[in-house]
Amino acid sequence: MTAPVLSLTDITKVYGRGDAQVRALRGVSLTVERGDYVAVMGASGSGKSTLMNILGCLDIPSSGRYLIDGVDVGTLDERRLAILRNRKIGFVFQSFNLIPRMSALANVELPMAYGGVSATERRTRALAALEQVGLSDRVRHEPNELSGGQQQRVAVARALVTSPALLLADEPTGNLDTKATGDVLEILDGLSEAGRTIVLITHEDDVAAHAKRVIRLVDGLVVDDHRQAPVDGPPPRSATRTQPVPGGAS
Amino acid sequence: MSRLEILRFALRGLAANKLRSFLTTLGILIGVAAVILLVAFGEGASQSIQKSIQRLGANTLTVSASFGGGGFGGPAAGGSRQGNGPRTQARQLTLEDAKALADPEQVPSAKSVSPVVSTGSATAVRDGASHTISQLVGTYPSYFEATNKPVETGSYFVNDDVLAARKVMVVGKTVATELFGTANPVGEQVSLSGVPFTVIGVLKESGSSGLGSQDADDVAIVPLPAVQQSLTGFGALSSIVVQATGTDTTTSAQNEVTAVLNQRHGITPTGSADYRILNQATLQETVSSTVGIFTGLLGAVAAISLLVGGIGITNIMLVTVTERTREIGIRKAIGAPRGAILGQFLLEATVLSLLGGLTGVLIAFVGTRFTVAGIEPVLVPSSIALALGVSVGIGLFFGGYPANRAAKLRPIEALRHE
Ligand SMILES: Nc1ncnc2c1ncn2[C@@H]1O[C@H](COP(=O)(O)OP(=O)(O)OP(=O)(O)O)[C@@H](O)[C@H]1O
Ligand SMILES: [Mg+2]
Repeated sequence: MTAPVLSLTDITKVYGRGDAQVRALRGVSLTVERGDYVAVMGASGSGKSTLMNILGCLDIPSSGRYLIDGVDVGTLDERRLAILRNRKIGFVFQSFNLIPRMSALANVELPMAYGGVSATERRTRALAALEQVGLSDRVRHEPNELSGGQQQRVAVARALVTSPALLLADEPTGNLDTKATGDVLEILDGLSEAGRTIVLITHEDDVAAHAKRVIRLVDGLVVDDHRQAPVDGPPPRSATRTQPVPGGAS
Repeated sequence: MSRLEILRFALRGLAANKLRSFLTTLGILIGVAAVILLVAFGEGASQSIQKSIQRLGANTLTVSASFGGGGFGGPAAGGSRQGNGPRTQARQLTLEDAKALADPEQVPSAKSVSPVVSTGSATAVRDGASHTISQLVGTYPSYFEATNKPVETGSYFVNDDVLAARKVMVVGKTVATELFGTANPVGEQVSLSGVPFTVIGVLKESGSSGLGSQDADDVAIVPLPAVQQSLTGFGALSSIVVQATGTDTTTSAQNEVTAVLNQRHGITPTGSADYRILNQATLQETVSSTVGIFTGLLGAVAAISLLVGGIGITNIMLVTVTERTREIGIRKAIGAPRGAILGQFLLEATVLSLLGGLTGVLIAFVGTRFTVAGIEPVLVPSSIALALGVSVGIGLFFGGYPANRAAKLRPIEALRHE
């Protein structure tokens, strides 16, 4: 195929300096093909979030090369980076990060507003995305009127509404209960099945079991890269997704 | 992303926090309104003072005895109890003094010289209606021009009336209404302390006297000998009003008058004079500078209130942006360009500042309709521009600067900001 969606070469990230220096990433090299579904696992403090923030162009690496769709991110200026974040990347945060006092619909429309999509098309696409995450009946609600699971689904809708090449999720289910976790994973599985490239961080094996590939980080280094299903096939758990997860199962 | 879109974001941002938006607006509003109102009242006071000085007549010198003997407009406070000058030489002003001053050889800068005898409170009676005139002036016809008192209906008295000591009088508006109501007083008889006078003219209304407590329209002017014959007797003059030929000759007129009077009263260059000269021009200058200080003080108070308002705006704007740094981070993470974020915050600040500023101007406009303590406020356009400019400027700078700083952060830094 064409260039991989993600290509990292020897990425390092050092926080602070002197005695307080923390080497969060110590040379990560990684390639993610289009349509892959990757789960990143590792102990707390192993550098998962650091890696994810670099992938999402929210932070810059201390050294190393990072390409998205063959474009070297390090060479982009502020304006191009904003366009890249807007068009190519959908980011789902552990803490949802919806904008307060704005309705679910407005939150989902926001990336398209910055992307210059017309108001009517924005409305249609936002409603479609909200329907996709099963929140058609909550479009007028503001974040503080939604449950955690619902907020995360709004965040997922916001991330996927621009049809980004890459969907990144940092512990999207970290703050959710089993039922809500199931809902979000179901959506992600569906997106993967539809061919979207997904990278997510998780602590839970159950969540990682949904991915086609599992990467383990220890102290800022990739120590294990394990494929569970082929890149161009469906996600491993997708077949069972037709039935809902039994409630309360761990 | 269109401008309209950014404006919509800004409005939504403001609506999302109504109380804070309201308080910011209020701060700007008070600052702007206070500045405009204070300056307007200062200006109003200063103009009203200037006007009442101008009403006294332009280019005139008023000579009066410096030891009692009936100062201009005041009741005669006889005697020289606190006189500290060379008492033996102290002399009253006389008609002869006035005549000497009228000599164009000696006082070439004088256009006219009007001797004045004035008494406070003379009772006027007409058909049962009675009124106490607060100022009765006996003088020459030139007095009208020198003291800027035009006649509205009827006529002035002329030199013939003076020579013949005719009992005619020109009355002020207040006297006319008190005695005649709406009827035309010209040609009517009025008795002053029992002596009948014929009203021949009514003075033009000089307007409210502003800060002065005395009503400048409560006046009657009669030929000098008429008042001397019937009321005061042929004694000293209260004052002599000398009108200079022009604005630039008042000083030379004053010097000439001084020379003549010094000679007539036998005052040596080292001795202290037994008269004083009130120069309208110097008075105006003195009062102007006093009023200037007064206006400056008001301006300082206004500036402080603007400063305090500005600090309020600064505070709220800084808090707003700091508090919303996380929101800025979210917006950046989903691909907002820096310009859009900055534009939104700048617009929010602009809308608040303009809203507050314009409402402040509006309130100031309404406020200046009211007369407070006799002062009619006068709007000063530059104060409006200054107040609006400063408050909007402060709003924009302190809304824009931290927003720009936040918009420059990497998304993750802004997101981590707590
Ligand atoms: N802004 C920062 N400044 C300094 N050190 C940081 C910063 N962010 C992260 N670190 C350090 O970098 C290391 C990796 O952090 P990171 O957040 O990537 O861990 P993580 O794998 O996401 O952990 P968790 O599973 O708890 O979320 C940690 O040791 C952390 O202390
Ligand atoms: Mg983390």
